[in-house]
Amino acid sequence: MSDLPDIRDEGQLTIETAIANLQGEDLGLRVYAAWWLGRFRVNTDSAIQVLIAALLDEDDRTEAGGYPLRRNAARALGKLADRQAVAPLIQVLSCTDFYVREAAAKALESLGDPAAIPQLLGLLRGEIAGTLPALEPPQLEQPFDALIEALGTLAAVDAIPDIQPFLDHAVPRVQYATARALYQLTPEPEVARQYGDQLIAALSNQDLQLRRTVLADLGAIGYLPAAEAIAETLAENSLKLIALKGLLERELAGTPGPDLSAGAKRVMALMDALL
Amino acid sequence: MSDVLAPFLDAIEKADSATSLSDAVQDLADAGLVESIPHLIEALSYNNPGAAVAAVNGLVTLGTPAVSPLLEQLDLNNYTARAWAIRALASIGDPRGLLTLLGAATADISMSVRRAAARGLGNMQWPQFPPQLLEIAQTEALEALLFVAQQDEEWIVRYAAVVGLEALALATQAGSGLRRSQIQQQLAGMTHEEASVSVKARVWQAQQYLKEAIPQAEASRQVEQSSLTSTDWEQILARLYNRKLKERTVLSAGDPQHYRELLSVGTLQEP
Repeated sequence: MSDLPDIRDEGQLTIETAIANLQGEDLGLRVYAAWWLGRFRVNTDSAIQVLIAALLDEDDRTEAGGYPLRRNAARALGKLADRQAVAPLIQVLSCTDFYVREAAAKALESLGDPAAIPQLLGLLRGEIAGTLPALEPPQLEQPFDALIEALGTLAAVDAIPDIQPFLDHAVPRVQYATARALYQLTPEPEVARQYGDQLIAALSNQDLQLRRTVLADLGAIGYLPAAEAIAETLAENSLKLIALKGLLERELAGTPGPDLSAGAKRVMALMDALL
Repeated sequence: MSDVLAPFLDAIEKADSATSLSDAVQDLADAGLVESIPHLIEALSYNNPGAAVAAVNGLVTLGTPAVSPLLEQLDLNNYTARAWAIRALASIGDPRGLLTLLGAATADISMSVRRAAARGLGNMQWPQFPPQLLEIAQTEALEALLFVAQQDEEWIVRYAAVVGLEALALATQAGSGLRRSQIQQQLAGMTHEEASVSVKARVWQAQQYLKEAIPQAEASRQVEQSSLTSTDWEQILARLYNRKLKERTVLSAGDPQHYRELLSVGTLQEP
């Protein structure tokens, strides 16, 4: 207990009540408890166990057949950095609910275990039967952007031929996820750069929501040549600062300080001007 | 007045896309008309980042005349608009904004507001303060920035506090080495205690920069000071504020009277 963060919450939920609620009768309290455990990073073994059990919940169903509790449990497990969750999350990648698969793919990306690669790739190839598409337009068959981003982060170089065709996908957000993953997966810097530059070009998209997505993508890959373009993008300064932080941290990983690289100084000068 | 503004306001009214709205606000800002100030402030709440950037830049260029309207129209219900307005006040650096920035940096619920205000506290137009009030004002700014650097839970707000502290260390007058060493102590502590590597990098940058820049700032300031002491008006002001300063010593830091003094500076400075 003592190494857990000091938890303050208006709802007066404690770790014990959250875990009890998650196993209780009230479906509303259950779905909230799952979110709460992730939000406050409660990574005790009992929390992990009840969240893993919630991934297979059958009680909480939407009219369309969705599994709200499974979605929240998957999101929470993505935040708790416990490897025990990897196998159960791989299992729910074949859930009928699109949003459970999306949440599981994102969680597996943040858990960083390459064991997830075959199943992610299976979904991307459309080899897993019985999955339902997204409810809202454009009613994607699979959460392609989440799958591709996970494969990129998990360094799934063998997946490149399967990912490549999505550069021309009709949905821009999927194209950007693809450029982001190909940047991470391509070993030759001069080839990788073309994917980074593609994302820079996408920063001038007319749609604000898409510009925000691209900012997050560039921050995630820490693409230094994008620094100036990020600073000039028409979007909220908060989001530009978070993206630039991604670039800065990539630079600091190479040159950890206190002496700073020219790139790090350049990024900080841009950040200063956005405060 | 409205004749001059009419075409610009008309274009804003008729804008039918995010881009055309942002272009229309840009045109209004570029016109540089004092009459446009309330409309530029209104544009901060359009929820259109392009328009807001254009409006902030326009307000900052107009400078002093924009300060009172910005303070009066500060939108307490819309934190995005408030963040942009605080950003404008921070960039103008007018002494009348100090009280607002102190409150915003330490207590606003929105991190974008706290961030903009923290940067602004280092960026005040310190030469506009009469010497005796300068001491009080810089001490207040320092205390607020130290609090934010140590306590704020958001990395970006602490980052902004480091930027503010760096600027304050440079602005701090000769003879107030205590403030400067407090800043350097804080920065040194952060190289060990700061959790975010990005904030830590900014601390290293500030340390490096101050090491190079302080001796230069010191040298250039001496020239400036010698020319200032020969003026009669400064002595008069000094006596005037010396009296106020004595009053202050009996008031606690939290006393509203204490802030009222700081606020009165701007009004007195106006021609």
